[in-house]
Amino acid sequence: MANLHFELVTPEKLVRSDDVFMVVVPGTEGDFGVLANHAPVMSTIRDADLVIYASEGGSPETISVQGGFAEVNENGLTILAEAVS
Amino acid sequence: MANLKELKDRIGSVKSTQKITKAKQMVAAAKLRRAQMAAEAARPYAEQMEKVMGNLASKVTIDENSSKLLAGTGKNDTHLLVVATSDRGLCGAFNANIVKEAKVKAEALLAEGKTVLFYMVGRKGLPIIKRQYPNQILKHFDTSAAKTPGFEEAKAIAADLTALVEESKFDVAHLFYGKFKSALVQEPTVQQIIPIAVQDGAVAEAGGAVDYEPDEEEILAELLPRNLTTQLFGALLENMASEQGASMTAMDNATRNAGDLIDSLTIVYNRSRQAAITTELIEIIAGAEAL
Repeated sequence: MANLHFELVTPEKLVRSDDVFMVVVPGTEGDFGVLANHAPVMSTIRDADLVIYASEGGSPETISVQGGFAEVNENGLTILAEAVS
Repeated sequence: MANLKELKDRIGSVKSTQKITKAKQMVAAAKLRRAQMAAEAARPYAEQMEKVMGNLASKVTIDENSSKLLAGTGKNDTHLLVVATSDRGLCGAFNANIVKEAKVKAEALLAEGKTVLFYMVGRKGLPIIKRQYPNQILKHFDTSAAKTPGFEEAKAIAADLTALVEESKFDVAHLFYGKFKSALVQEPTVQQIIPIAVQDGAVAEAGGAVDYEPDEEEILAELLPRNLTTQLFGALLENMASEQGASMTAMDNATRNAGDLIDSLTIVYNRSRQAAITTELIEIIAGAEAL
């Protein structure tokens, strides 16, 4: 299965640009996991942890993000966050 | 011809000026690289934001409940000119160019019978605008306390502007800043920031079934202030890079001019010294011959 192209961008810089297995996005109306070929979605996000699974069954990596939104389109997942830590 | 002592002092003073300009040039060169990198790093975010805004704006219908950031106040009478300049001088005509651009716009608007107000960012543009339009400065946002104007400043300015438009203090806002082309070229740029200018091209590529969560209106409401902040942030970064570029070029010129001046002054100095020696010799020889 093809991997999901994932980009995490802040105003200061492009934080991550990777091909990963799955990302769990903390949406305002609930968390949702994004796999490759996800339907186009746009959502605002809460200040919470982003969970990234680099490979299937691999151990997750978390990045906490503040303020922003997530967009899923045919090119993958893009998260625009105001700050990451 | 000036006497030797005077010439020597003059050469000394030009030399110390040259030292200062050279140091400033090197500082600017070092800062330029960092500022340029920051400006480039910010681009992906701004581009993405613009794309999303274009998509969204085409899907939402504008009515009286729409945010003023998107729809404007419905009038077109009072224009706010947001002029972003630097906090420091020694950068050639950089600030003057931005202010000049703003003045041209202001005059054009005044000729159309509109009211013009100014919102100044940075220290250097303020006195020039104040002299010409003493009662039209709405606010001065001081960025000199921060070492490098960053996202926090942009956020504060955006919040200010949003509050002002909500109070209907102005109808349309334009942003003026120096766009960084290269170390040699900085282009004063005008950009309409409120209400948001949506390009037709962006609308056309929209489409496809996209799920919005929450709905379009709410996302847009959240996005609009953020978009404004991003644009301001981009402008501040461009300004920063432009300032350093302009400064580097100006100081390079100044250093070279000082070098030329030192050369010509040194020639004059040597000639007068030679002349003084010759005169002295002739006096001695004439004296000896007279004996």
